[in-house]
Amino acid sequence: MKLINKSHVAKKMPARLAVNTICKGLFFLATLVGLLVLAILFYRIFTQGIGSLNVDFLQNFASRKPEEAGIKAALIGSIWLMVVVAPVSLLLGVGTAIYLEEYARKNWITTFIKVNISNLAGVPSIVFGLLGLTVFVRALALDRSILAAGLTMSLLVLPVIIVAAQEAIRAVPRDLREASFGMGATKWQTILKVVLPAAIPGILTGGILALSRAIGETAPLVVVGIPMFIAFLPQTVMDTFTVLPMQIYNWTSRPQEEFQQVAAAGIIVLLILLIFMNSIAVIIRNKFQKRY
Amino acid sequence: MNMTLTREKESPAIEIDNVGSAALTEKVYETSNLNLWYGENHALKNINLDMHQNEVTAIIGPSGCGKSTYIKTLNRMIELVPDVKTTGQIKYRNRNILDQSYKVEDLRTQVGMVFQKPNPFPKSIYENVVYGPKIHGIKNKKILDEIVEKSLKGAAIWDEVKDRLHENAYGLSGGQQQRLCIARCLAIEPDVILMDEPTSALDPISTLKIEELVQELKKDFSIIIVTHNMQQAARISDRTAFFLNGEVIEYSDTNTIFSNPNDKRTEDYITGRFG
Ligand SMILES: Nc1ncnc2c1ncn2[C@@H]1O[C@H](COP(=O)(O)OP(=O)(O)OP(=O)(O)O)[C@@H](O)[C@H]1O
Ligand SMILES: [Mg+2]
Repeated sequence: MKLINKSHVAKKMPARLAVNTICKGLFFLATLVGLLVLAILFYRIFTQGIGSLNVDFLQNFASRKPEEAGIKAALIGSIWLMVVVAPVSLLLGVGTAIYLEEYARKNWITTFIKVNISNLAGVPSIVFGLLGLTVFVRALALDRSILAAGLTMSLLVLPVIIVAAQEAIRAVPRDLREASFGMGATKWQTILKVVLPAAIPGILTGGILALSRAIGETAPLVVVGIPMFIAFLPQTVMDTFTVLPMQIYNWTSRPQEEFQQVAAAGIIVLLILLIFMNSIAVIIRNKFQKRY
Repeated sequence: MNMTLTREKESPAIEIDNVGSAALTEKVYETSNLNLWYGENHALKNINLDMHQNEVTAIIGPSGCGKSTYIKTLNRMIELVPDVKTTGQIKYRNRNILDQSYKVEDLRTQVGMVFQKPNPFPKSIYENVVYGPKIHGIKNKKILDEIVEKSLKGAAIWDEVKDRLHENAYGLSGGQQQRLCIARCLAIEPDVILMDEPTSALDPISTLKIEELVQELKKDFSIIIVTHNMQQAARISDRTAFFLNGEVIEYSDTNTIFSNPNDKRTEDYITGRFG
């Protein structure tokens, strides 16, 4: 006796196929909404800002006159910030992830720590600003320096990097580790030669997301006390500075219409910087995917 | 760089075998009263087994009887599993490896392992083979080149890959990957090679190649192989151990096990009546 009635199956078929098509359409629509908003945003910013975007804009300091206002200090400041945040957050983040995934015993304490790291990723950025103000600016007397701001930002993005790196490390197949251990490799050799190379694409994806967030954040820096208006370039990490999003915010809050255009030009510069950072990550990632 | 690893016999610990053909070979492994628990699960029960130099020792038995568990204790790979407890002794060349002062890294440079599923690294064929030697600190390019050629020849895969040494190992077929894994294992010039069902993921032709290879390799190495395939055990091994529910039911030379087993349960298993 047959348990499946073929004619019944055949009758259901058109409905199943229809649902399949409808779902495809719905998901496409969802994607379209995002793309559309992005396109409008780009259109608005570029039409507004492209006029102010020129060599002078990149070479001038901020000014009270919109036609003379430039982004030099903020652009260089953002790059300085990255110089601190990228190594600090990546080294600490990947190090923590390696410890938690490879070395730490699996018990309730490590589980507790892991859960809380994920929770930290959801803490409002302003809270990290307060932390930075208390610890770096005041207790460690780093003042409103690039270092103080950079360390604050590193803490802010650290949870994201740790979680991404943990995921990437966990995704490395177990049999690759076994192969390495089986030949007498130490744990560290295995991590260095097998686990990390295989995990690097994933780590970088998380890392670049985190750095993109750091480069666009303002709230923690406002709390730390980074100025919005500055007319000199920092010389060392102990100098004070300003960053692109703060400068942009400063311009958008001014009444003159011209400053809105200057702000739009600033946003374009920020976007270009982001794209540049992303492409570096993609290049590194491809290099590793080719080899591994 | 001599791959023949017949050891200097300082104290000729020669014994007359008490089972089957009287073989005059040195022991590599002596397991006595080994017990192993995964948490509460008593997976190995009072195992006593000796393994001999330049022989192929096969371990057979139904699924879940503890074959992999046992072979993984021989190079302490079992320690990767959390919450494992062992008692008893496993002597490798007269030193107890379960003693924690015996460094696993040290043990595993002597005892190589080939796994059930081919697990090459996602690197070039060349990099796969030199992985072990590099780990052990060999940097000289000429020596590494020689190791690559010798190991790949030893694993009977040289002719197939010699023109593509720098291509990714993932481009090889399953059978080729497994032979590459054997080559990678040979490259560390081990004394013993452990193989856990090395052909279970392979087609008959690749299986045959690996069986022939094992015959060849036993001239230079001692081999311990887990297999589900009874004919395979009969074809390639000198001695066979039959495991059941974590116990060794019978251990003797392969001819005896397959033609004249002592225990009823062994007979039932090899004639396919259970398992
Ligand atoms: N990592 C583990 N944690 C807990 N129990 C395990 C673990 N690995 C194996 N066991 C248990 O130990 C027993 C022996 O398992 P083992 O893998 O050694 O069997 P096997 O003989 O290799 O079987 P197969 O032929 O299917 O590979 C089984 O009861 C199994 O459930
Ligand atoms: Mg097994």
